[in-house]
Parts: sequence; structure tokens; C-alpha cells
Amino acid sequence: MTILTQLKEQITAQLPKLDMVIGWEQGYDALHATPLFMRAAEDVERLQVGPLSVHNTATYLTGLRNKKVGLVVKGCDSRAVVQLQQEGLIDRENVVVFGFPCDGVADLTKVRRLIGDIGRVEEVEATSTELRLRVDGREEQVAMSDVLADKCRRCQYPNALVHDHFAGKPREPHATSDDYSDVQEFESQSLETRFEHWKSEMSRCIRCYACRNACPMCVCRDHCIAQSRDPHWVTQDDMVREKWMFQVIHAMHLAGRCVECGECQRACPVDIPILALKRKMNKEIKEVFNYDAGVDPQAIPPLLSFQVEEENINERGW
Amino acid sequence: MPALAGKELRIVGFLCNWCSYGGADTAGVGRFSQPTDLRIIRVPCSGRINPLFVAKTLLSGADGVLVSGCHPRDCHYAEGNFYARRRLEVFKRFLPTMGIDPDRFDYTWVSASEGQRWQKVVTTFTEQIHKLGPAPRFGFAHEQNPATAAAC
Ligand code: SF4
Ligand code: SF4
Ligand code: SF4
Repeated sequence: MTILTQLKEQITAQLPKLDMVIGWEQGYDALHATPLFMRAAEDVERLQVGPLSVHNTATYLTGLRNKKVGLVVKGCDSRAVVQLQQEGLIDRENVVVFGFPCDGVADLTKVRRLIGDIGRVEEVEATSTELRLRVDGREEQVAMSDVLADKCRRCQYPNALVHDHFAGKPREPHATSDDYSDVQEFESQSLETRFEHWKSEMSRCIRCYACRNACPMCVCRDHCIAQSRDPHWVTQDDMVREKWMFQVIHAMHLAGRCVECGECQRACPVDIPILALKRKMNKEIKEVFNYDAGVDPQAIPPLLSFQVEEENINERGW
Repeated sequence: MPALAGKELRIVGFLCNWCSYGGADTAGVGRFSQPTDLRIIRVPCSGRINPLFVAKTLLSGADGVLVSGCHPRDCHYAEGNFYARRRLEVFKRFLPTMGIDPDRFDYTWVSASEGQRWQKVVTTFTEQIHKLGPAPRFGFAHEQNPATAAAC
């Protein structure tokens, strides 16, 4: 039995007890998946899982707090569930988690960079090593290794960390550790280059806040300080400073909480590499507090606690 | 005269009401000489200092930001500075990726009786900022965005 069939069976069995189960289905074309809200047995038929199931289903959880919600999750999505649970933002007993072993997802920005803006894709055949697309009658092939999302290369948790049901057999992690070499490489450049990099990247930001809305840990919604006028943290100006300030707000509000699902960057319509800011934050959190977000449901996020004697904070002796 | 036209740089200090603001006051009463670049903002507790205050200050054109609170274990509210310490440390470590020298921001602890220590802290920090010189800036709105320039 394939993983998909097994998942469908599990979901169908649980659905009568739940308000909905969230997974993925085909979106406007064969290449783009979209979140699927299964409420009735026939909806389950449309479920898809695989390299195109990119959205983090946990993003909807806090908005559905009073409902009984089932969630089909990849490993990284499950980390968001764990982190939300840690922070008391969801009631775990209201959530039923369906896990499966994740082989990694495609980064559609990479696909676009590789074969150009191809328009409406008619058909996609995904194998474990490649994606075969049919578009305008012609065939395009891309190797999965060329379009795999960066997060999947360093993924240590491809199986749901918490789950109530699991389809298939848990798989080996894709990587055993994360050395944050990308952060180090970026920081090997001069301070000026880094400043100019962000200035130029942020100048392209259209302030659509898709990065925020896609983030499972961004839970303030209508109360986000980026849109509040009291206090007025950022103005409505389209200056780089305001846009950059918003990204600092996001990074700081995610410090010790970001599960690196990469949804912020994926959702960005102008491809600003904002995950780099969160990666940096996570690297420091790991160094100072030896903490990975969304791994242990019992842990307390580092910025919500303290130690009287901090092991790794060297308070500069003035 | 704007601060930048003279020899001074723009340094902003966030000081907690119970210890460091008192410490700075003690230094003043003791007539200890101090550099005058620092502009002080008094806050109820170092725990009130959101690292985003520092971010906003730096992105708005400050050359340096100093935060000072009560010594750990000495907080007026018992544990405000313990939380502050974690947040501020993480924020300081975040700065290099933004292309901002982490030396432009520091946090420290000065008690109300430590006038002399305050003098040392403010002098050392000011020297540190002067060594770095003016911070990178964004320039004016029309330099950043041609569309805005057209509208000017
Ligand atoms: S990071 Fe891991 S769990 Fe998440 S999509 Fe990639 S391989 Fe799957
Ligand atoms: S900040 Fe980005 S990577 Fe981190 S949890 Fe939010 S969406 Fe995921
Ligand atoms: S998604 Fe991209 S363009 Fe939209 S606000 Fe975020 S960074 Fe800016």
C-alpha cells in the first residue's frame, strides 16, 4: 500500500470525529499544490503528498484553535506543531497529527530559475530523483537534486516528531547535523557588503506581508506591530528602512521559536532571501542556549526563561 | 547645530530607572567628566527594553546604542534584567548578519551608587563608537526609491 493510500485511509477513519483535516491538493496547475481542507469523505480523494506539498499546514492551527483539526505534516511542519504546543498557543488534544516520511520538497523558485517561467504546467510526474513536467505539449525534466529546497538538504527530522497516525515507515534523516555554513559564508564578506546586500534586497520588498502570513509561528495576525499605529513601530513609507525594520521585527519575534520551515521565504513573491536572517538567529540560539525550536514538546523556549548564571553569556567586564 | 556637524556622534543610551539612571545621576552630582555624545532615555527596567528599540534606533541613524540596567540579582523587579540579558545578547549577536558592527551596541550593568563605574562605561563606549566612526546610513528617501524621487 502506498503512503498516500494509507494516509487517506487513516484520515477517512478519523474525519467523522474532526471538523477538518488539512493537507495538500493540486493547485491552479500541476506544478503548484495548494492547501486542502478536507471536511467530507470525498475531499480526501483530492489529497496529494510528495515533493510539491510545500505549504506548512501548521500555519492554520492558531486560527482554528476552537476546532478539532487534523493535520497532515512533514517533519518541519510537525516542528511547528511542537513549538506552538510548547508556547501554549494550541491545545494538543484538539489536534490530530498525520505524519509520513518526507523525502523533501521542491523549491519552485529553483524550478523557475532552471527552466524559465513556463506558464501553466499540464502534468507533473514526480519520481524520487526527478520531476518530469509537461507544458505546452513539450516535456521538461529537472533532477530533484537540483531543485530540492535547501532546508531539505540539511533536514534532521523528516518524520513527524509528534504524530497520532503515521503512514509508511520512518525514513533516515537527510543530514545528521547543520553546520550553518551558509551563515558563515555570508558573514565572511565585509560588513559594508552585508549592509548593502540587505539594503538592495529590501528595496525590492513590496510589503505584502506574505512572509508573515505564511509563518506558522507568527500568531499576532491583526495585532502585528508592523500595522499598528499605536505604537507606531513602522510607518507606511516605502523606504528601505521601514521594510528592513519589519524583517528585524520578524527575526526578533521568531528568536528561539523559528522552526526553519522556510515558509517566509517561499511565500515571498519577489524572492527576497529572508530565511538567512532567521538562520542567523537560530545559529546564535543554538550556540548560546543549545536549543533547537520545535523538537521537544516539554522544553521552554530560551527567551521565555533565564538562568541566574548564564553559561554562555559573557557579560563584557567593563 | 546638528550633532553630526560637530565632533560628536549620535549615541543613545537606554537606562533603567532604578540603577543606571541613578548611577549616571551620581556621576553628574560627583562632577565626573564625561563625553557628551550620549542621549539618555529613561525606562522603568532593563526588562522593558525591547531589542527592537535598539534596532529602530540604529536603523534610524544612531551611531551607537548603550543599554544599562541593574546588576543581575539586583533588579528592582527581581528578574527583569535576567530576561533582558538573554534578549540583548541574542540581538547583539544578530547584528553582524545585518552588516552592522556589533560593537555599535552594548549592554551593561551599573548600580545607582556606581558613579565612577558609569563614568568609565560611558567613556569606554563613546571611545569605541568614535573608533568606528559614523554608522552606515540609508540616505534620503529619493536616493532609495526612484519612484518617490519622481513624486518629490
Ligand atoms: S525540511 Fe525535512 S521535513 Fe521539511 S520538507 Fe524538507 S525534508 Fe521534508
Ligand atoms: S520565520 Fe520563516 S522559517 Fe521560521 S518558522 Fe516562520 S516561516 Fe518558518
Ligand atoms: S513576502 Fe517578501 S515582499 Fe512581501 S513583505 Fe515579506 S519580504 Fe516583503
